Amino acid sequence: MRAYIIRRFLTLIPILIGISLSIFLIMQLIPGDVVSGMLGIEANPELRANLEKKLGLDRPLHEQYLSWIGNAVKGDFGKSFRTDKEIFPEILSRFKITFQLTVMAAVISWIIAIPLGIISALKRNTIIDGIVRFIALLGVSVPNFAFATLSILFLSKVFKYYPPVGYAGLFADPAKNLKIMILPAIILGAIMSGSIMRMTRSSLLEVMRQDFIKTIRAKGASEKVVLFVHALKNALIPIITLIGMQIGSLLGGTVVTEQIFSIPGLGQMVLTGINQRDFPVVQGSILFIAFVYVVINIIVDILYTYIDPRITFKVGR
Amino acid sequence: MDWFKTLIKEIAKVIKGLLKDKVGRIGLIGVLIVIVLALGAPMIATHDVTEMFAKSKLKPPSGDFLFGTDDFGRDVFSRIIFGARVSLKVGIISVGISATSGFILGILAGYYEGKTDGIIMGIMDVLFAFPSILLALFIVSVLGPNLTNTMIAIGIVSTPVFTRTVRASVISVKSMEYITSAKSIGLSSIRIILKHVAPNILAPFTVQATLALSSAILTEASLSFLGLGIQPPNPSWGSMLSDSRKYMELAPWLAIAPSAFIIGTILSFNLLGDSLRDVLDPKFKL
Repeated sequence: MRAYIIRRFLTLIPILIGISLSIFLIMQLIPGDVVSGMLGIEANPELRANLEKKLGLDRPLHEQYLSWIGNAVKGDFGKSFRTDKEIFPEILSRFKITFQLTVMAAVISWIIAIPLGIISALKRNTIIDGIVRFIALLGVSVPNFAFATLSILFLSKVFKYYPPVGYAGLFADPAKNLKIMILPAIILGAIMSGSIMRMTRSSLLEVMRQDFIKTIRAKGASEKVVLFVHALKNALIPIITLIGMQIGSLLGGTVVTEQIFSIPGLGQMVLTGINQRDFPVVQGSILFIAFVYVVINIIVDILYTYIDPRITFKVGR
Repeated sequence: MDWFKTLIKEIAKVIKGLLKDKVGRIGLIGVLIVIVLALGAPMIATHDVTEMFAKSKLKPPSGDFLFGTDDFGRDVFSRIIFGARVSLKVGIISVGISATSGFILGILAGYYEGKTDGIIMGIMDVLFAFPSILLALFIVSVLGPNLTNTMIAIGIVSTPVFTRTVRASVISVKSMEYITSAKSIGLSSIRIILKHVAPNILAPFTVQATLALSSAILTEASLSFLGLGIQPPNPSWGSMLSDSRKYMELAPWLAIAPSAFIIGTILSFNLLGDSLRDVLDPKFKL
């Protein structure tokens, strides 16, 4: 088991090299160059040369990449062009906010999706199933920014409710923080629940058809035991894969939500970086998000082996 | 022209299957409506999309302005109709880019395996390691936000899904007996791929393409919503929705029209994709 986990984490290395290399190469595609972007095209050549040297842009590409990635491994993502502040501490403090939003949204989506998915599977082909499937389809098809905009419109027109302005940290002012985070979390969670609902339904139906369920029923187990002890455990495996992927894409989805609700998370940092053409910030925060995304996927892979011992057996050899 | 006849026959069969299915019918109708709006935009639109009626700013829906007017006094209805054109164009071209490159890469990786497979799938794994909207955002911001770059970015982001689908199908088809016999009578690899492997992976490929269209339209709307997609004064549902937030109290119709069209379009493509999967591959039906 431990060997498997270690081996799984070792596969991170080539992927991370690939990720950092592609971010670095994409950054090279910026039209014009960073220095003229900062100083203006008609800058004094001496000033240019100085800045190029300071940013390390006078060195060959591979050296630039190696020094960037070497520092990044040590947690040094460089300084922002705009504020001259260290980027990594900023990423970490903003990541806490995004992480909180992601976790809240994920939990909300499970609370909505898994029970509804189970009901839908059990009441297959009834009106209830139809309604649940339609809701799930909406969840898959409605973009989170459209849902957010319409919700704000609806809440303000019907309930005279306006999302609070100004952000407060979770530990600094928990009540205010939750008031700010709850609406975006519900919106992200509701959108995310669509595909989980579908997966829960189809995966449970698939399991319920299998022979071992018939055997358990034949042994006289009650439907409750069949469902909660045997069927659900087996149905969970594909659901967990999906949840892992979803949490990863939530990290991307928060870019839009954080923008709408003015939450100072990592997504907003990426966007501000892009709009201000602050490239070290963009480069660093995207590298960080991709890193977290990959790590989450590996943790999900490892979780499988706990739920489904068949996988360990196969890999263990 | 035998293959052409077979193709037409097959397509007719698929459409028949779609029409029999309620979900497929709704999806097909929705998609057709979007196509008609996009193609017939100049005839359907009632006003010029950039014309500003200074006296009619932020007017609610009326006979003259079916969906009302925006803060510049432009006709929302006409902008929505032309927005369908933008959405569909971005969807089709970016899926064209990703489907073509995914098809070629997937066939190469699946057919030759070994080193070729390793390199191609390695690159795909790296692309997969980014949340897709974030990668699209990143590429567009580096290349500069405009229509062409939006299509390129979405095309790159959705390539790995196609590559994986095609590769998996190629691998499963490759071990079939008829491929082995084609090899044993000395047919060249290219010939085997084009004549015998490719037709057999069309079904999963078509389903994937339909679903990719819906996610391409979604990504374009998201990018435009963030101001990094289609640039003004070109109409885009995403940027119209984003602009509407400033006038939510005064002019709620500005938010409702683009949301309804974004949701309706994506929903239609998803319904069509779901139904296509059932029609083309009955194995998946639950």
